[in-house]
Formats: sequence, structure tokens, C-alpha cells
Amino acid sequence: MTAILDMVRSFLAGDAQADRVVPPTGFTAWLTVFSAGAMAFLAVFALALSLATSRLADRWGDALARSSTLRISAPEGQMLAQTDAALQVLSTTPGVASARALDASEQRALLEPWFGPDLPVESLPIPQLIEVIETADGYDAAGLRLRLAAEVPGAVLDDHTRWRRPLVHAASRLRLLGWMSLVLIGGTVAAMITLAANAALSANAQVIGVLRLVGARDVYIAQAFVRRFTLRALAGAGAGMVVGCLAILLLPGADVGGGFLTGLGFQGWHWFWPLLIPPLTALVAFLATRAAAQRTLKDMS
Amino acid sequence: MIELENVAYSYGGAELLSDISLKLQPGSFHFLTGPSGAGKTTLLKLCYGALIPTAGYARLFDRDVREFDRDDIAMARRRIGVVHQDCQFLNHLSVSDNIALPLTVSGRDTLDESANLHELTNWVGLTQRAGALPPELSGGERQRAALARAVIMSPDVVLADEPTGNVDWEMSQRLMRLLIELNRMGKTIMIATHDLALIRAAKTHVQARVLRISNRRLQLAGADL
Repeated sequence: MTAILDMVRSFLAGDAQADRVVPPTGFTAWLTVFSAGAMAFLAVFALALSLATSRLADRWGDALARSSTLRISAPEGQMLAQTDAALQVLSTTPGVASARALDASEQRALLEPWFGPDLPVESLPIPQLIEVIETADGYDAAGLRLRLAAEVPGAVLDDHTRWRRPLVHAASRLRLLGWMSLVLIGGTVAAMITLAANAALSANAQVIGVLRLVGARDVYIAQAFVRRFTLRALAGAGAGMVVGCLAILLLPGADVGGGFLTGLGFQGWHWFWPLLIPPLTALVAFLATRAAAQRTLKDMS
Repeated sequence: MIELENVAYSYGGAELLSDISLKLQPGSFHFLTGPSGAGKTTLLKLCYGALIPTAGYARLFDRDVREFDRDDIAMARRRIGVVHQDCQFLNHLSVSDNIALPLTVSGRDTLDESANLHELTNWVGLTQRAGALPPELSGGERQRAALARAVIMSPDVVLADEPTGNVDWEMSQRLMRLLIELNRMGKTIMIATHDLALIRAAKTHVQARVLRISNRRLQLAGADL
């Protein structure tokens, strides 16, 4: 580990004399810095998307997996009796940790997004909802349905399974999409830097010829190019990462609207993840330039 | 040191050099002459490992060049100073940095070698031009800078390809005096040139073998040289 750190330190410190032997190349320099910056900016968003969807999938999965709803539709005079009967059934059902009937204000809050505030819930024929919290082992949904059909004819059990699965599936797909985007971004960085490095190497064929004439080893020539492109990619990715993080900071917070898109950002220690983007970009640039340099130098032999 | 044994070299199927045998002994001085296109530059390249013979053996410092990898060739180049007619400089570096380039690429600290560098720059008469860029130099200055670069690593052998091709007679004489001085220091010298007058003039100052490439083969030149 120490040896690797020493190698990285030595690579970053470089050799001022060696750096000067390769002439500065304006076009490829800017191409590298810009592409690394743009890709790092996009990588920040892809990372934010992945982490946000990951959180979302976990939250939906956890919240929905442990709760279900019992809906009681009964004539007005029987509502209270059926609710009590249902609570009685639930209290004796293995796997049910707790069950409680939602009060009028809670039911009003559930309907508020569609009907607005001040809905007269009491005067409307709205079913009574019972929130059921499961134990870790869960309950036998089929068995409970049979008991309810016999003892509380107006009760319908919704264990959330049918709409939980597609939501969790969708969130998982979004998370996968985010990670795939990161891989594609890494590949694009590698491709762009390889093109820029190839252009720089071709433009400096005469320089390479002179260096070889005076006894430069290929590893020395390659390192002069590799170090330059790696540092450019590091600088570009650093700038792109900072701008990307600022843009993420400017997004609305998760608590403002409560929706999915407003939760797109980093939370807690997840803010450290973007810090990995510049060194990873530099690593990609290092490997891409080294491969391009070795290939080009071999072809020039 | 450098030895070619029954060497042939072909470009795209056409044989340019055939059955060439040559041995550069330490401290020897050689001229290589012949008409343009005869293969002088090719022969020099075979001598410093830039080309691999298509037949025969080329040995640099007692090793067959076919056994060399890229690093071995680089190491051999540090023991062979090469001066090209077109000099081949890095135009973004100063004359001084170009002369010091072999030290730079071999990892030798140019600060430690600065006294040598200064002495060498003075020896080739370029002290006043050390900070200039190569395109700002005259033909003669470029050749002298190339010679200084070729010898800064104190090589065993100096190979020069038409070093006087772009300079006037006076400068040719000056360059030749520098090369003869190097030979007196024990360096092996081989100069490719088609300038017979230069060879005749140099032979009055140094014991030199004159080799001629004729009809793809290497011959010892006649008594007229």
C-alpha cells in the first residue's frame, strides 16, 4: 500500500524536466479538460440518481413490506360494529403486530391531495381504513382473508403487494440505470481521452523520434504523455464535480414536495461519493493514455 | 563495439545494401562516402540500431540487435552519439536544453552536469546562443549544437550523417576539427559524407579509413582518398 502511495505521490510530483520535453498541445489539452469536466458533471447527476433511487427503493420496500390496509365498506349503521369485529380478528391473527382504525383527520389527510382541505369526511360514505402493521415474520394473507370474509363481510384486505412490487422494481431499474450511466460515462471518458492522446502522440511523432534518438526509453516517453493527460483529466473532473455538486445543492430539497424528483440529491455521508469522481476519472485517463501511448510507440518502432 | 557481418538491408523487397561487413574499433575514425541514395544513411542506421538487417548480423557492444528490445536500443543509443544532417531538435526547448536532452531522458540531473554542459556549449562556440530556440540558429550553429548533444553523454561512438551538408566550407572545417578532437579523446567516429574535398582535408589531420558504398556493397576507397 505504501509503495502504491509512493508511486502515486511520485507520479503527481512528476519531473519538471521530463514534463518539458513534450511540447504543450492546446487543442488536445482543452479537449481533455473539457470532456473530463463535462463527464464528471454528468457523473455527479448519475450518482445522485443512483443513490436517490436506491434510497427510494429501500424506503418503499421497507415501508410497504411491513404495513397493509384493511378497508371496510358497510352500511352506515354497521360500520362501527364491523370495524370492532375486524380489529378483534386482527388482534388474534398471528403475524400482526398492531392494528388501528384511522380517525377522520387521518382519512381527510389521505384524501386532501385529490379533494383539497376541509373535506367533510363525516358526511361522505367513505370506507373506514384500518392500518395493519406486521411482525417481521408477517401474517398469512390468504388465511386472514378467509376469516374476514366469514366474520367481517364488508372488509377488503390490501397487503400492498400488487402495487409494491412494480414500484420497487421500477426503483431498482432506475438505480441500475444510474450505475449503467456511470459505467458509460467512464467509457466515454476513456474513449475521448484515448482519441486526444492518440492525436497528441501523432502530432508529436517528430518529438518522439528525437527522444528515441537521444536514448529515451519508451516508458519515459509514454510517461510524459500519460502524466500530462492524467493531470488534465483530474483537473477537468475536479471542476466538473464541483459544478455538479453545486447544481445538486440548488435542486429543491426532498422535504419540500415530498415527491421523487425533489429527493434527487445526496444525503449525509453520500456527499463523499462525488469526491471519488476526479480520482476515478484520473485513473481512467491514466489507463487509457498509457494503453494509447504503448500502442502508438509500438507502431512507431 | 559496432560490428556488421554480411549484412543486407532491403526496402520493400528491393535490396539496398548487400553483404556489408564492417567493424568499428575503439578510437578509430571512418569516413563513409558514396553517391546520394547509395545507402549511407541506411548503413548508419544499422550501426545504431534504428534498422534491423534483413540478412546477416549487426552487433552493438557485442550483442546481436535482433535480441534487443526497445529498452536495450535506448540504452545502446546512450553510448552512441548521432548527428543528423537535419539535426532533429525539439523546437520548443532552448539550445541549452536540447544539448542537455540526453541527460534529461536518462534521468541524470542536469544541475549536477551543468558545468559539463557549459563547457560543452563553450567548446562548440554556442555560449552566447544557449538560450535561443533552434529555429533561430544558423545551419552551422545547429550542426554544432547537434554535435554537442551527441557527445554530452560521453558516448563511445559518434556517428554523423552529412554533418556538413548545410554549412559553408569554413564551418565544415570547424565541425571537422571538433570531430577530430573527439577522436583524439578516444571516441570512435564515423562520418557519412559525399564531400570528397572535406575527406581529403581531414585526412591531413587524422588517420582515417575511407569506405565507399558502391553497387550496394562496401569497399575500401582508393588511394585518391
